[in-house]
Amino acid sequence: MSRRDWLKLGGVGVAGLSGASILALARRGGAAAALERAGLRQEAGSTHEELQQLRMGVFGDYPPGDGFDPMAFLTEFDYGRVVRDPSGRTVREYEMVAVDREIEVAPGVWFPAWTYNGQVPGPTLRCTEGDVLRIRFSNAGSHPHTIHFHGTHPTEMDGVFPVIEPGERFTYEFEAKPFGVHPYHCHSLPLKRHIHKGLYGVLIVDPPGGRAPAREMVMVMNGFDTNFDGENEVYAINTAAFYYQTRPIRVGVKEPVRIYLVNMTEFDPVNSLHLHAAMFRFYRTGTRLDHHEFTDTIMLCQGERGIVEMELENPGLHMVHAHQSEFAELGWMSFIDAVPHLAAEAGVPVHRHG
Amino acid sequence: MDSGVTGPSGSSAGGSVGSPGRRLLLGIAPLLLLAALVAVFIVVDPTSVLRTGFPPVEELTIERVTLPEPGVMRVHVVNGGPEPVTVAQVLVDEAYWKHEIDGDRTIPRLGRATITIPYPWVEGEPHEIVLLSSTGVTFSYEVEVATQTPRPSARFFGIFALLGIYVGLVPVLIGLLWYPFLRDVGRRWIHFFLSLTIGLLVFLGADALHEALEIAGSVPAAFQGVGLVVLGVLGSLLTLRAVGSVRRRTGGGDDGPRDRLRLAYLIALGIGLHNLGEGLAIGSAYALGSIALGSFLVIGFAIHNTTEGLAIVAPVAADRPPLRRLLAMGALAGLPTIAGTWIGGFAYSPIAATLFLAVGVGAILEVVLEIAGMMRREDPGGLFQPLNASGLAIGLLVMYGTALLVVA
Repeated sequence: MSRRDWLKLGGVGVAGLSGASILALARRGGAAAALERAGLRQEAGSTHEELQQLRMGVFGDYPPGDGFDPMAFLTEFDYGRVVRDPSGRTVREYEMVAVDREIEVAPGVWFPAWTYNGQVPGPTLRCTEGDVLRIRFSNAGSHPHTIHFHGTHPTEMDGVFPVIEPGERFTYEFEAKPFGVHPYHCHSLPLKRHIHKGLYGVLIVDPPGGRAPAREMVMVMNGFDTNFDGENEVYAINTAAFYYQTRPIRVGVKEPVRIYLVNMTEFDPVNSLHLHAAMFRFYRTGTRLDHHEFTDTIMLCQGERGIVEMELENPGLHMVHAHQSEFAELGWMSFIDAVPHLAAEAGVPVHRHG
Repeated sequence: MDSGVTGPSGSSAGGSVGSPGRRLLLGIAPLLLLAALVAVFIVVDPTSVLRTGFPPVEELTIERVTLPEPGVMRVHVVNGGPEPVTVAQVLVDEAYWKHEIDGDRTIPRLGRATITIPYPWVEGEPHEIVLLSSTGVTFSYEVEVATQTPRPSARFFGIFALLGIYVGLVPVLIGLLWYPFLRDVGRRWIHFFLSLTIGLLVFLGADALHEALEIAGSVPAAFQGVGLVVLGVLGSLLTLRAVGSVRRRTGGGDDGPRDRLRLAYLIALGIGLHNLGEGLAIGSAYALGSIALGSFLVIGFAIHNTTEGLAIVAPVAADRPPLRRLLAMGALAGLPTIAGTWIGGFAYSPIAATLFLAVGVGAILEVVLEIAGMMRREDPGGLFQPLNASGLAIGLLVMYGTALLVVA
């Protein structure tokens, strides 16, 4: 290792100590550029050791492989298999299976989860207000489960009764309304355990006219009580603690960004999202087209959700984390990296509804 | 009915196994069968049926946390469970924290590891360390009051030695000064004071046993803390008994001056082992920051321990032993306190502490039995004569009263 490399690492190490110093770098011409100079871009030739410097205290990393990919989950929207009913209405058909599965919730820490379709959170279902949803649920797990959707629907489709025993099936069918962002989760008893073991996900119902084009992503705030003492050892968005800290989520400078944010944390009454170096518009539950507030910190109760919209003015790393410092240091810590001209690059497609 | 007649002769025939070789074989045969059983278990693993679907049983014990310098914590871990444990993450004060583990992250059964955490701990405040295993099990340890762990430097050896002298050696020597008083009180009152000594010793023994069992609770399960206590107590009791009986057979054993001197040394040894345990407690508590050694506490220990000197001289009071013997007894009883503070301060281990304390209990038990035996031989009424019984009660009360001063 050359002397110059050593100095680089030293500088990066200091940056890793706090987001504030990264933001200081950002002010001096853009963190992305600064980190690029330091060889810290995750694509181009950055070493494992260098990325380690960005971590808070977590040890090790998630192995690359065929497991759950939190980066892909951000932008995976499942529109279902589309058919038309006799009256010409759009019917979206989904297959959902409850299965037991061990998942990695922090590097090297495995949690015996109950999942929808083998992943936590479950697949993000997406449709337009007025569509008919036909969800064929089968329980391949070891306990009785259901799928309870938030929203307006017939009570017999509410996913509380009947309880679906292992090996049984049930088809939920209802009209999707109102538009907004809604959680779905298992409603079997004991409720707390069925939810915190991982049986939850997001249903996005778009307004009939769609929303303005934006780079869209889903963030589910969750936690894991790995020793089952009624307190979470791990907090995250989208399950993997600290995942987006060393793999910043890339967006374009001034590009419209829309985050569907849902709080499915168990045990703690509230969770929160705080954005550094910028402000966002917040749409509670996403059920209105005009925003409720313009802020940089939003607090959500268990099961509460909303839509975050923003355009980042400045290039560089924007820290995003729970403003409960405890949650942040236990894994709910991320970066959004604003990159000039990102839209021109190959990468995550900008979502345009239609 | 025939079998009833042949039975005894048959069993006596079985009782004589013949040649020594055959006897050896009969002795070893069960061991060979046991070895075969173990081999079958390892190869076939019949209990694997019971394990399917169960998470592994994980048990890590944090034996000790030291704070060697500002900004550094060092955690000493033992795996006392049946399975290897992988330390996936380390949390300090509910935050994932960077750290280094010497050796492998997977600690084998009965294996040890040292984890070094660069954490800005705050002087005088509590900190909690949690180890998170790969299966999500947590093992926690609370540093009650963070303070820099003393390094084994000349200065600290000196300070701990002084502490040991204050609470152990000096009080015992002061207690020995009761010797001229006891010399002239007469046999009846000697017995009273011997009974009082038994009272003191019973109190010390119960105290040490309680302490040993308490620390045994923090010993990793595989090392069986309570088993260590039983081993230590009975081991030291039986060793001292055996040595005593050999000496009595070779040296007469008529409760003469030599036997009384031996008894006095034995008392000094028992008290010395108890004081070693006391030193361990003081040294480790100081090093771990769980007590502030105020002068009140030191005074309390001093008053408490002065009575120990009285216990040592009571058997030999009538014999006018030379001064050097009294000093030797005082040293035997008092100096282990210093060794205890050193060990406790610099190399505390719950396993060693449990064993030390248990050995002390055994020694005290032996001394009590010896004194009671001697008194019974000299006076048929023994310990339960009214005067002697009141002596015992007073001994217990004196210890109880002076122990009130030591509540930290």
